[in-house]
Amino acid sequence: MSASASPASAAPMIAINGISKWYGPVQVLNDCTTQVTKGEVVVVCGPSGSGKSTLIKTVNALEPIQKGSITVDGIGVQAKGTDLPKLRSRVGMVFQHFELFPHLSITDNLMLGQRKVLGRSAEAARSTGLTLLERVGLSAHAHKYPGQLSGGQQQRVAIARALSMNPIVMLFDEPTSALDPEMVGEVLDVMVGLAKEGMTMMVVTHEMGFARKVANRVVFMDRGEIVEDAGKDDFFDKPRSDRAQTFLSKILAH
Amino acid sequence: MFSDFDLNVILGSLPYLFGTGMVFTVTLTALAATGGIILGTLIAMMRLSGIAALAIPAKIYVNFMRSLPLVLVIFWFYFLVPYIGQWMTGASRPISVGAFTSALVTFTLFEAAFFSEIMRAGIQSVSKGQTSAAQALGLNYRQTMATVILPQAFRNMVPLLLTQTIVLFQDTSLVYVISLTDFMGAASKVAQRDGRLVEMYIFAAVVYLIICLTASTLVRRLQRRVAIIR
Ligand SMILES: Nc1ncnc2c1ncn2[C@@H]1O[C@H](COP(=O)(O)OP(=O)(O)OP(=O)(O)O)[C@@H](O)[C@H]1O
Ligand SMILES: [Mg+2]
Repeated sequence: MSASASPASAAPMIAINGISKWYGPVQVLNDCTTQVTKGEVVVVCGPSGSGKSTLIKTVNALEPIQKGSITVDGIGVQAKGTDLPKLRSRVGMVFQHFELFPHLSITDNLMLGQRKVLGRSAEAARSTGLTLLERVGLSAHAHKYPGQLSGGQQQRVAIARALSMNPIVMLFDEPTSALDPEMVGEVLDVMVGLAKEGMTMMVVTHEMGFARKVANRVVFMDRGEIVEDAGKDDFFDKPRSDRAQTFLSKILAH
Repeated sequence: MFSDFDLNVILGSLPYLFGTGMVFTVTLTALAATGGIILGTLIAMMRLSGIAALAIPAKIYVNFMRSLPLVLVIFWFYFLVPYIGQWMTGASRPISVGAFTSALVTFTLFEAAFFSEIMRAGIQSVSKGQTSAAQALGLNYRQTMATVILPQAFRNMVPLLLTQTIVLFQDTSLVYVISLTDFMGAASKVAQRDGRLVEMYIFAAVVYLIICLTASTLVRRLQRRVAIIR
C-alpha cells in the first residue's frame, strides 16, 4: 500500500500542498506535501527538531507559513476571508503538555469553547461535557481542578475538551511523551477508541505500537522535510530511505 | 515633651479624622486602584500586542510617568485637566473639574503606569501553550485574553497588585498640594489648629502603620486562597 492507495475518490480532509516555513533565516519546513483523507489516521514521526510540531500546528494556523497552502475540509487555512476561529473550532487539538486551563474546573474547561465559540447554552454545554468526561472515564472528577489530576487524567480531559467542539478532525502533538510510562496506556486507549470510531486523525507520536495498531499511513520527517509518506506496512516493513531505517532501528530498539 | 500628652485632642477629633479624612483617603485609593488596574491592563496588552503603533506609545507613556515625581504630576494635572477637558469637548472655556476629580484622574493615570508593569509580568507568566490551547478551541483574541490569560495573570499578580495599592494608599496624602484634605491632611490641620503636633503626628503614624500591616497580612492570606492549584 502506498500513499496513493488511500481512497482516491474522497476529497482530502487535510491537504498540505508544498508548504515552507522560516524562523528568520532558518528554514524549518521545506516544501512539505501530504494529505489526510476522511477517516484516515496518519502518524507523523521523526527525530527531535525535524519540524513535526511545526507542521501539525500549521494545519489550524497556530503557526503561519510563508509558502504553499493548506486546506481543511476544502477551506483554505491562509485564504483571506477565512473565519479562523470557526475553522479552528472544527479542528480538535491535543498538546504535549495538556494545556488545560488551570484556573477553571474540569467542567468549565469542557464548557468554555462550547459556550464562547459555539454559543451553546450552559445546560447543553454541561451535558455534552459530562458525557465526554464519562467516555474518557473521569466522571468522578468533574468538579476538580486540572492541578488535582494526574498527567494521564489531564490528557484524557484535554481530549474530551477537544471533542466537545464536535471536530471533524483531531490533531495530536506528542500526546503521551510528557507522561509517566504507566499513564501512557490510558491515553492511547482513548485515542485507539477514537480511531476505531472513524475519527480523522493526524498524530505526532513515537508510540510505534499505536501506529501499527491504528495508523493508515506514516509520515516520516527529517530536517523540515517529509522524507517518507507511506502506508503503515510499507513504512515498517521496507522503509525506503536510510534516514527512516536509522530512525526505526533506534526507536524500535527499546 | 510627652509629659503633657493629651489623648483628648485625638479623641475629640476622631469624627473629623475618620469621617472626613479617612473616608476621602479610602475612596480615592479604591477608585484610583480600580481605574489604574483596568487602564494598566490595557496598556500592558498594548505593549505585548506586537503591533508597534500600540506598543511604542504604551512604552513611552509608562516610562514617562515613572520618571516623574508624583507631586509634580498632581500639581500639573490640577492646572492642565481643565484645559484638556476644554480641548476634548470643544468647549469655549476651561472645564472646571474640581480638585477631587483632578486628583482621581491623576492617580489613575499615574498608577496605571505601575500597574501596567505588574500586569505585563503577569501576562508573560502565563505560558504560550495556554494561548495556543485557547486559540485551538476557536476563541478569538478578546475571548482568549478575557477568559484564559488575564484571569491567570491577575491571580499570579495579586500580591504585587495589592502591595502597589498600599503604596497608593500612602501616596494619596500628597493631595495636600491641591488643598484637598485626606486623613493625613485632617490630622495635620487639627495639629496646627490646637498646637498638638506630637499627639496628632504620632496618632497618624500609628493609624497608617496598623492599616498597612493589616493589609499586608491580608494580602498573604488572600494569596493562599486565590492561588491556582498546580
Ligand atoms: N519559535 C521558534 N523560533 C525559532 N526556531 C524555532 C521556533 N520553534 C521551533 N523552532 C525550530 O524549528 C525546528 C522544528 O521544531 P519543531 O518543534 O517543529 O520540531 P519537532 O519535530 O516537533 O521536535 P520535537 O520532537 O523535539 O518536539 C527546530 O529546529 C526548532 O529549533
Ligand atoms: Mg514537537
